[in-house]
Amino acid sequence: MGKRVGMEVSIAAAEAVRQSKVDVISAYPITPQTHVVEHLSEIVANGEMDAEFFCVESEHSALSVCVGSEATGARSFTCTSSQGLALMSEITYIVPPLRLPILMILSNRTLSAPLSIWNDHSDVMSIRDCGWIQYFCENGQEVYDHVFIGYRLGEDRDVLLPVIVNMDGFTLSHVIEPIELIDQEKIDKFLPPYAPIYTLHPDRPVTMGAFALPSIFAEAKKAQEVVIRSSIPKILEVWKAFGDMTGRYYQPIETYKAEDAETLLLTMGSFGETASVAVDTMREKGKPVGLVKIRLWRPFPFDAFKEATRRAKRIVVIDRAVSVGGPGGPVASEVKSAVYGEESRPMIYDFVAGISGRDVSPSDFIKMVEKAEIEINEGNKEGYEIYGVRE
Amino acid sequence: MITTENLNVFAVRTLTQKEHMAPGHRACQGCAEVLAVRLVLKAIGRNVIMCSATGCMEIISSPLPFTAWRVPWFHVAFENTAAVASGVESALKVLMRKGKIPRKKIVTLAQAGDGGTADIGMQALSGALERGHNMIYVCTDNEAYMNTGIQRSSSTPFGASTTTSPVGKAQMGQITWKKNMAAIAAAHNIPYVATACPSYPIDLIEKVKKAAAVEGPSYIHILSVCPTGWRSLPELSIKLGRLAVETGVFPLYEVENGRYHMSLDFPELRPLKEYTKWQGRFRHLTDDKLAEIEKRLHEEYKHLKARAETGI
Repeated sequence: MGKRVGMEVSIAAAEAVRQSKVDVISAYPITPQTHVVEHLSEIVANGEMDAEFFCVESEHSALSVCVGSEATGARSFTCTSSQGLALMSEITYIVPPLRLPILMILSNRTLSAPLSIWNDHSDVMSIRDCGWIQYFCENGQEVYDHVFIGYRLGEDRDVLLPVIVNMDGFTLSHVIEPIELIDQEKIDKFLPPYAPIYTLHPDRPVTMGAFALPSIFAEAKKAQEVVIRSSIPKILEVWKAFGDMTGRYYQPIETYKAEDAETLLLTMGSFGETASVAVDTMREKGKPVGLVKIRLWRPFPFDAFKEATRRAKRIVVIDRAVSVGGPGGPVASEVKSAVYGEESRPMIYDFVAGISGRDVSPSDFIKMVEKAEIEINEGNKEGYEIYGVRE
Repeated sequence: MITTENLNVFAVRTLTQKEHMAPGHRACQGCAEVLAVRLVLKAIGRNVIMCSATGCMEIISSPLPFTAWRVPWFHVAFENTAAVASGVESALKVLMRKGKIPRKKIVTLAQAGDGGTADIGMQALSGALERGHNMIYVCTDNEAYMNTGIQRSSSTPFGASTTTSPVGKAQMGQITWKKNMAAIAAAHNIPYVATACPSYPIDLIEKVKKAAAVEGPSYIHILSVCPTGWRSLPELSIKLGRLAVETGVFPLYEVENGRYHMSLDFPELRPLKEYTKWQGRFRHLTDDKLAEIEKRLHEEYKHLKARAETGI
């Protein structure tokens, strides 16, 4: 067992980057990600880590620098939030087809407008389809762990894809939590040095970033799609190896009291812990309610999701972003697609809750479950609403 | 009699025969930009990692699965070449320091057109120059967005007709003056800035070699004649490059550690018309307009010479 210490989650994330022996770190300050890079700059300044650390003039360049360094063979790291992610989004789409396993932490935060620095998932949903492997973390320990897991997975030669570790801004990034640190020796065994197949080097010239005519583009895109879809066994394998090392076994879909539940709450990110308190309260009153949490957002674990939800009558989805003018929140759309082909499928009610960091307490989860049950019983099949709006 | 011109002809033959950009690429006839890139690579040699912005040089050279590059070459996007090259340079530094790759001199080269430099790539370039990465940034300036169909950039000269600065009843081509990128680069207090033109190949090569030898960032702004966009004959590209220099449209100079000096100087500049008359993009300009442009060019040239004479 490693040492268990109280630590701000951003600092734990930075420690994980140090322990991953990252070669190049490039970032631009944006709240609430700043603590991660501030701490990394201290680590480098104190000589505790041998890396090239520099602050660039924008998030667009932050990721572009990582693209250059990763292609040259250096393990690279950046992190961002919100507007910063929106600015760098052009490059996020370019990284996966280049097969560069960069790791990025996203301190999830609201996209403007109105300008707001608080937490929701509207930033990451804007790049949902960019092709990175995307994890959502529920607590600080998961954030710390997934830095190692992300590098090990991304750099696997069967995968070679970039990885986003989502942590809720402020709710996680600025909170002090108990973190079990892993010994460096173990990390070194779990995460071998980055050994890319092709790098930019004059001794073996390669061309990277060629353009594709319509006659070959679809094939290139299909190849990318095949790689990310077929990475699921590898994702499970890496989690298994990590579990064997630490005792913390992760799953793409986590459940809590879901086996016999008629109604399932569905969350992603730090809401999971609060929702589980609500589930306990409802269970005490004899209500068959359970919880399903999505940890792996891309590639979407369709099989695991269907398995986790197939016995439920109702799913109450808690979305953290609005798909304006669309079918509801992005998670609900995804979930509806996932179960559409099933013979017996649960009814789905979608709440967009806690946008821009508005507090959602256990009692809110209970209210949402009650509301959804009433609506569904009354025959509302398209249930979707933004929760808690003062009208 | 040995003249400068003869000497250049002689000197070109002493250049390496090695081509780091393979023939068979898809550049237009008479493209001086591809010539410039070829010469830049000849000057640096094979120990280079080259990053190109989206643009003509990328499109003509890399239709998947083909490539014209015999050196490691990387294209990511339009506006971020300086940032990508920063990443390459940093990776080389840290990987050599950590002993992950053998120590040797590898030049990091960034290349972008005028749009990718003076317009959309300006921020990334400024950031890279300010951070002091050891790299050469080459702007191959053909004075408009040629790859997308001749749209104006901030590097398009005053009066030039493009598809977005057209000639109409109310407007006679580009209504703004060419952005002085070399001066902007020099304002970052980097060790080496130069202007060059492939019509003066030896001068261009010497400058690239100097840039490669310098510790820290260097910037070379290369005028690249574009027959397609300039509406000129392909066989005139070399001549037009020379005329741009000799008329004062594109003076050749260096800024070494902040000190200006002229690479070529002319007691008297040739009339602007000798340069513009070969180009369809200036066809509409009246003598009055030309005189107005010439006046400003001469003033700028005088100012540049004064800087070179005082050295600052």
